[in-house]
Amino acid sequence: MEQLLTLHGVAKQYGGVRALAGVDLDVRPGEVHALVGENGAGKSTLLKILSGAVPPDGGDIRLGGRPLPLGSPRACEACGIATIYQEFSLVPALSATQNIFLGHEASARGRGAARRAIMRGQAQRLLAELQGGTAGQPPIDPDRPVRELSVPERQMVEIARALSREARLILMDEPSATLTEQETARLHATVRGLRGRGVSILYISHRLEEVLSLADRVTVLRDGHRVETVPVAEATLDRLIRGMVGRSIRDHYPKERAARGELLLEITPREGLAVRVHAGEVVGLAGLVGSGRTELVRSIFGAERRGDLAVRWCGRPIHLASPREAIRLGLGMVPEDRQGQGLVLGLGVDVNIALPTLDRMAGGWLPPARLRERAWPLIQELRIRLAHPSQPVRSLSGGNQQKVVLAKWLARQARLLILDEPTRGIDVGAKQEMYRLINRLVGEGKGVLLISSDLPEVIAMSDRLYVMRRHQVVAEPSGPAKTPETVMAYATGTAA
Amino acid sequence: MSDQPTETGNDGSAVRRFEGSAVLGTTERPNGRTPERSSGSASGSLARRLLRDYGSLIGLALICLVLGLLSNRFLTASNLINVSRQVSINAIVAAGMTLVIITGGIDLSVGSTIALAGCTALLAARPAGDLPGMAVGILVGTLVGVLNGGLVAWGRVPPFIATLATMTIVRGAALVLTNGEPIVKSSGAYLWLGQGSVGPVPVPILLMVAVLLGAHWFLARTRWGIYVYAVGGNAEASRLVGISLARIQILVYALAGALAALAGLVLAARLSSAQPNTGVGFELDAIAAVVLGGTSLMGGEGGIWGTTVGAFIIGVLNNGFNLLNVSPFYQLIAKGAVIVLAVVVDQLLKRRATAARGSITPAVAAPDSGPAAAAGV
Repeated sequence: MEQLLTLHGVAKQYGGVRALAGVDLDVRPGEVHALVGENGAGKSTLLKILSGAVPPDGGDIRLGGRPLPLGSPRACEACGIATIYQEFSLVPALSATQNIFLGHEASARGRGAARRAIMRGQAQRLLAELQGGTAGQPPIDPDRPVRELSVPERQMVEIARALSREARLILMDEPSATLTEQETARLHATVRGLRGRGVSILYISHRLEEVLSLADRVTVLRDGHRVETVPVAEATLDRLIRGMVGRSIRDHYPKERAARGELLLEITPREGLAVRVHAGEVVGLAGLVGSGRTELVRSIFGAERRGDLAVRWCGRPIHLASPREAIRLGLGMVPEDRQGQGLVLGLGVDVNIALPTLDRMAGGWLPPARLRERAWPLIQELRIRLAHPSQPVRSLSGGNQQKVVLAKWLARQARLLILDEPTRGIDVGAKQEMYRLINRLVGEGKGVLLISSDLPEVIAMSDRLYVMRRHQVVAEPSGPAKTPETVMAYATGTAA
Repeated sequence: MSDQPTETGNDGSAVRRFEGSAVLGTTERPNGRTPERSSGSASGSLARRLLRDYGSLIGLALICLVLGLLSNRFLTASNLINVSRQVSINAIVAAGMTLVIITGGIDLSVGSTIALAGCTALLAARPAGDLPGMAVGILVGTLVGVLNGGLVAWGRVPPFIATLATMTIVRGAALVLTNGEPIVKSSGAYLWLGQGSVGPVPVPILLMVAVLLGAHWFLARTRWGIYVYAVGGNAEASRLVGISLARIQILVYALAGALAALAGLVLAARLSSAQPNTGVGFELDAIAAVVLGGTSLMGGEGGIWGTTVGAFIIGVLNNGFNLLNVSPFYQLIAKGAVIVLAVVVDQLLKRRATAARGSITPAVAAPDSGPAAAAGV
């Protein structure tokens, strides 16, 4: 069969991190092709390359047999590729019609009022067609500002926009992530309708059941490699999960066990399981992106409010209103977004390390040399590679930046450390060092709460493991049940 | 950047030495390790680096040189003292403005605060005496600042809007208080503040020097100074290390208000009267001085040293135009042009530094390791 899109050996490297290592992929005309993989497997990078947001480092991409112009969103769109991101790219104040035709108003004939009428008519027709399969649903008013539309309605407007530009291939990035079951069903009807028109869809999803019911073929990515592409008839949940996580957990993870001490932290939500962290243990928190792991730990740390949690620290109930109070108690957090939340990039390494500790230093007088002297032992201990301790953190590599974030809390001598995706985006060597640091922390009798989307990592490095799904802790798999397959099954809600 | 707490002190020169060796083409560092990335300055020639770090100072020197050639009165001691005295008001206001801008804010109300503080000080001085009057003036300015900081920190009002509103309110208050009439103060110790001198040096200049040194010390040598940079550099990261954003914001606006009030007192003392209509547009001169000094309106970087140079550039231009009998209308155009020119040159230098570094920038999830990157190094 003639292929619509073929990728051959597409590679992309971000600094020291290989996001895609020579991926082959093909999409047929009128096919729903699902792309699955863990976080960091390379799905988003692939999507960004196809939409022109980032250029690949190498490889060959052809659309309808002709090479695809790379690295230009406009050119990709002109070739007939439309992208529907999770974060919609609609202008809230403009109407559905105006959004659909934004940037290509000239494609409607006529002038002034006549052109507006034509655009409105086309928008109405497109929206009605898209919603065709969903009887009982009032059609979207093309004159309403997008701001007033619901999430699924906005999605329809995005898809209508793609169709109005005669897209041959629509890339969808987790379109069902924020939808209810009912809305998802409607979306699926629309996607099938698109397939009926001969439009191809590359569909990224974490929900494997959805993939199995909707897609024609599935491609599994792992660590930037394609594991396999299978027709959906041959795919099973088991096979997909194994493909996604199936790395062998070798001595890759230098886990050392420490003596378990007193109970440090206990979180009891109104629904779901309670989470306990003792001194001297690593407690893992697994779950899909959007399952509420980050919100949970941020609310423990006082960084945001979640009313339904009862938190106890060393047995005493606490209500944290700000990170300041959490830090005073002895908590520390390495946030998920290292550059956005963990560091002040323009300030020096020594200053960043000192930030949580400054209020403990006597007086306000702080000669810069004092900060350097205090930071130096940690810089050496964590082997942070730099030219000068006062060097701006911005100029360090990702792995070294992450060590600076950790060093802050070592300087503060936090008793419980929350590590949210501590190894994301850092290279293999730096990951190893991070694992050893985690070992050291628990060896010193500290508690660690480890969030990671890297399943083998969180399984191997944790003493105990909780799984979250839809903002609840749903399981604590242990012993023989602590496998990537079971964890994934709990996380996706497919466990019996 | 020489004002950043990270770069000062004896070891600041060590940073330069490291960079110097990179300029000469050796990548080996004195400690034997090779950093994964150079700190950026390695990409520039010595001349370009000098221009970037001392650009505003070089600009000031050039302007002085040209004015000295054009007018034989410019480089006289009496004229230079005169310039400094004229600069002093703006420099005092701009020192406070620098703190606010480093946190990523802005304070448009300082011009009005100058007027209100001068008026309240003179009004209070009538029954209470000169010193208590001054204290009242400073207190009023500080309270205006606390109001600004409170609106920004607790009310979550964008600084521009909050201080735009207080600018109007405070101006109104000054007019109400004085009935729109100037308050004359023809004698008394108070006038020493604006008209006195210690030896050959006028008091306003001494105050300016004290304020600038104090503000520099605050920024570069105290933990609150570090917090000011941290909050402006990354508010969320600062919150997550336990810094109270509200405290820092209120602190900087309060300091800006207090310094504006001090400037108001000096101005009133110099003119022997307080005018409710004085200080209009002073906030813009202060912002111009801060920006000319290389402090980014995005916050997180900059310093008092740059602001000092910026204030002097503006003051020297004013003085020079007057000496050369340039029409005040053209003066405005020229001043605006100088500001634009300075900022554009600065941007070009930064962009070049960033571009040169782009090839070795690891793009690990780095939407924000972009153009702003050049600033800190």
